[in-house]
Parts: sequence; structure tokens; C-alpha cells
Amino acid sequence: MDLKDLYRDVILDHNKNPRNFGKLEPCDTSADGHNPLCGDRLTLTLRLEGDTVSDVRFEGKGCAISTASASLMTEAIKGLDERAITALSDVVHRTLTSSTEAAVPEGLGKLAALSGVREYPARVKCASLCWHTLAAALAHRGGSAAVSTE
Amino acid sequence: MSLTEQPLPVYDVERVRRDFPILATTVRGKRLAFLDTAASSQRPAPVIEAIVHYERHLHANVHRGVYELSQKATDAFEAARERVRGFLNARSTREVIFTRGTTESINLVAQSWGRSLRPGDEILISWMEHHANIVPWQMACERSGAVLRVIPIDRRGELDLAAFHRLLSPKTRLVAITQISNSLGTVVPIDEIITAARRNGSLVLVDGAQAVAHQRVDVQALDCDFYAFSSHKLYGPTGMGVLWARESVLAGMPPWQGGGDMIRTVSFEKTTYNELPYRFEAGTPNISGAVGLAAAIDYLESLGIDRVHAHEQALLRYATDALRAIPGLQIIGEAANKAGVISFTLEQVHPHDLGTILDTEGVAVRAGHHCAMPVMDFFGVPATARASFGCYTNREDVDQLIGALHRALEVFG
Ligand SMILES: Cc1ncc(COP(=O)(O)O)c(C=O)c1O
Repeated sequence: MDLKDLYRDVILDHNKNPRNFGKLEPCDTSADGHNPLCGDRLTLTLRLEGDTVSDVRFEGKGCAISTASASLMTEAIKGLDERAITALSDVVHRTLTSSTEAAVPEGLGKLAALSGVREYPARVKCASLCWHTLAAALAHRGGSAAVSTE
Repeated sequence: MSLTEQPLPVYDVERVRRDFPILATTVRGKRLAFLDTAASSQRPAPVIEAIVHYERHLHANVHRGVYELSQKATDAFEAARERVRGFLNARSTREVIFTRGTTESINLVAQSWGRSLRPGDEILISWMEHHANIVPWQMACERSGAVLRVIPIDRRGELDLAAFHRLLSPKTRLVAITQISNSLGTVVPIDEIITAARRNGSLVLVDGAQAVAHQRVDVQALDCDFYAFSSHKLYGPTGMGVLWARESVLAGMPPWQGGGDMIRTVSFEKTTYNELPYRFEAGTPNISGAVGLAAAIDYLESLGIDRVHAHEQALLRYATDALRAIPGLQIIGEAANKAGVISFTLEQVHPHDLGTILDTEGVAVRAGHHCAMPVMDFFGVPATARASFGCYTNREDVDQLIGALHRALEVFG
């Protein structure tokens, strides 16, 4: 196993220079995510047009995997409607929890850079925190929500 | 050292390592550098063999059967109690209660002795306690209306003793304090604390989880009232621990859990309780755990606790110097008197990433909050990486850690 499978250049880059970092004010919905085990925290703010995410930002503190995952997610979901987001989120979860022998599912685009995480079960929570937070934000539209991975 | 004193033979860590079968395993194809002894130590062959021998030849329930095997198991179990008594220099085996570990020992005190707490009473703990020595007291305070007070620490990770003396008051019923901090490595001056607390009329509970395997403990010399530790941090098996308590204090405490073994007679009208220490040991105990713990104490004493201590202190200095030379590395916890525990952060790399990178290099360290979230908050970090040493840790382990840290810097460079 090589470290570079986990810490691919895309991940290191998004960790160092997170995209869509910050807060949207005003926003249509937001959520806080917290992973108590490692102390990772992130806040998502979203603007919606109907069912479609027109803009999204994230803010927070976490490890490289959680930061890069959130950064990649914000890029991937902009312009997607809720159905497309749910479908993408499913593929991401399947990828993170699939066996290391299985082929990486199709349709991930840049998010495929996270597939190395499945070799490190203890780190799956880091990569999935932003997706749980996103689901909470969409479910509590108009308000603010909080999720914890515990 | 006086001239007549014999110099000790060199501590042969390589020979000690050969006693620990697990150290020969490889991780991800790399030599294992096990640096997480503070979380749980490994077990030497004599401990493993003592447990196997018990399971193969001696097992039956204790204190029950009249048949030979039950008697043998009872003898082994009670011999383990005597072994622990000697190890702690306790006055009597009536003061030695077997538990599941430090956590259960503290909960026992909080729930049994804690029933005597009244509104306005105060429990004093420190900022560097493990959650196991925080939460049971919060729960006891919630039940009773007592108040939890916290002794602050300073930036080096030392206890603020002046604040301790100020916080001590006629309301202080108990001071519950760790002997060595598991997250910072600080050796707490518990002698001073115990003396002041006793003069004040307060009881003292010492959380010895991080101490027993690394320095000599004498509960009579300490003069505390409760002393808690876990077997698995002392080269013994998991699921096993000890609460030592001063007999006069124990005698006034109500039973905790009810069941078999802790009773003398049971009828639906009235149940009478067993004598000490059995009154606090309801149900079938962890017999093989006790046997393993006794073997672990034998093992540690065969190495010589003082020599193990000296070995770990030398490693602590070696590792501290090596770590300080790494750019961006900050040691969290720089008390003057420390045990073989080093928490650190690396500016460029989150502790969680660090844990993973070190793992791929065969280095087992703990990355996280170490069940001491208030300590993490105090230092303003979400987590730290922590390397900790035991009797089998050698310089190669430390060198492998240093190499892996350089690798982490390369990846994140
Ligand atoms: C200082 C301290 N207290 C208490 C505990 C809890 O011990 P156990 O989990 O064995 O009950 C630990 C273990 O991490 C510890 O380091």
C-alpha cells in the first residue's frame, strides 16, 4: 500500500487550497457537521434555486481528508438538483465503504480521488462528514441543522 | 550514588522485547514500532502463559464449589489478590477490590461513597483528568447537588498548585486526581495534594492508570483513600482492574452492585452483605484476568520497576530532543516532571492524517483527544498525536517515528 493512494495530489491540493471556502450570507439553508472522535467541524451554507444548488460554501477545521472531501463536494454539487445530489452521494458512500478489491464505481469524476480512503476504514468518517452535513442542510431547508457522526 | 552502591547492570531492552511475542509482528509489511503503551500495553509471554495455564488446568467458579477444581481456582484468584496487596503495599487484602478497570473502580466510588454527598459538598478534580475521572463525578454531582470544581493547569501542562490550595475548602469532600496525565505526561505532585487534602479533612482518590507500570506505588506511604488502576496498562489482560481503598472508608460504604458473592444471606425479607472486599464484588469475577494481572506484576517486578522507570526516562529525553528538531513540531505538555508520554502536533499536518501516515510506516501512535477533551480545548487543538513508552520500547522505535514524521512532511510538504 502506498500513501499516495490515499493522499493523491488532488487531495493534497484541495486541502491546501480549499475551493468555495467561506460562508454565504445570506443563504437558503445551512448545517453544522461535527466528528467528535477527531474534532473535525464544518459548516455548510447553500443557496438554492428551486431544487437546484446554485451556490455553496464550506468553512471549518479538519484533517486533509475531510477538508479535501468538502472542497471537492462543493465543486461537484454546484448546479445539481436534489435528486442528482442524492444519487451522487450514494455513489460516494458506496465507494468509501466498498471492498478494496471492487472496482471504483463510475460517475464520480474528480471525487474518485477519494477512493483510496476505503483502504483506511478509520478514515471513512472523515470523508463522509461533509455529505452527511449536506443531507442535513437539504432536509432542513430554510433553517439550520447539526449532524454528528457519532 | 554512594561509593559502596553497586552500579546496576545495563537494562537489556532487547531481551525484554523478546518476551513480547506481538513485537515480532509486522504491520503493512513494516517493522512494528508500538508507541501506544499509554492506551494499552502489550503482554509478555509469562502473562499469556499464566492465563492459558489457568484456562487449561484450573478453571471453575470461585468461592462456591467444594470440589477440588473450584478450590484451586479460588486459591489462584485469592493469591492474585494477595499479589496486588503486596504490589501496592496495602495493609490487607480486604482493601483490594477487583473491578473491570480504572473506569469501573472510579464509578464504584462515585456511586457507592458518592451516596453520602449532600447539596453544596464539593468534589475537586483537575483540568487534566481522563474522562473516566470527570464524568462519574459529574453524574454524582447531578444526583446529589454537590458541586464539581476544577484545578486549572498552566501552558506547560503543570497543575496550578496555588489554585489547588485556594480551591480546597471545608466543603471539599473529595479530591480525585490523576497521578500521571495520559494526554500530557505530567507527573502530578500528588504527595503535596494528599497531604493538604488530608489536613483539610477531605478524602483523596488517585487515578493510577498511567502510573502503576512506570513507578513504584505504595498506598500506605501515599496515604490516599482510594487508588484505581487497570491491568491492561500494566502488561496484564483487559477487563481487569483494581480499586484499593482504605479499610475504614470502605467499611462505611454501602454495597454497589447486588448479586451473588456480595451477600452473606438472602431472603425476601432481609439480605445481609458479605465482608470486605467481597461486598463490592457482585457476580462471578474475571478469574483468569486476576491470574493474568498477578503474572504481570510478577513480570514487571522481575524487571525491576525502578530500572524500567530509568529506561523510560532515558527514552523520554532521547525522543524529546529528536522531536524538537523536527520543523513545525510542537510538544504539548512540557512539565518539568514527565512520564514516557509525548503529545505533539505538527503544524503542517492534522493529527488524524499524521496517525494514518505513521501507521503506513509501521508506527502505532494514538491520534485523537485521548479522552481528555478539556485538555485539548485548553491548548486550542482538536487533537494531538501521542507517543508513549513502556518497558519494551527502544530507540529504534523512536527513530522509526522520527523517520515517519519526515515522511509526513514530505507528503504534505
Ligand atoms: C489516566 C487514565 N485514567 C483512566 C483511564 C481509563 O482506564 P480504563 O479504560 O482501563 O478503565 C485511562 C485509560 O486510558 C487513563 O489513562
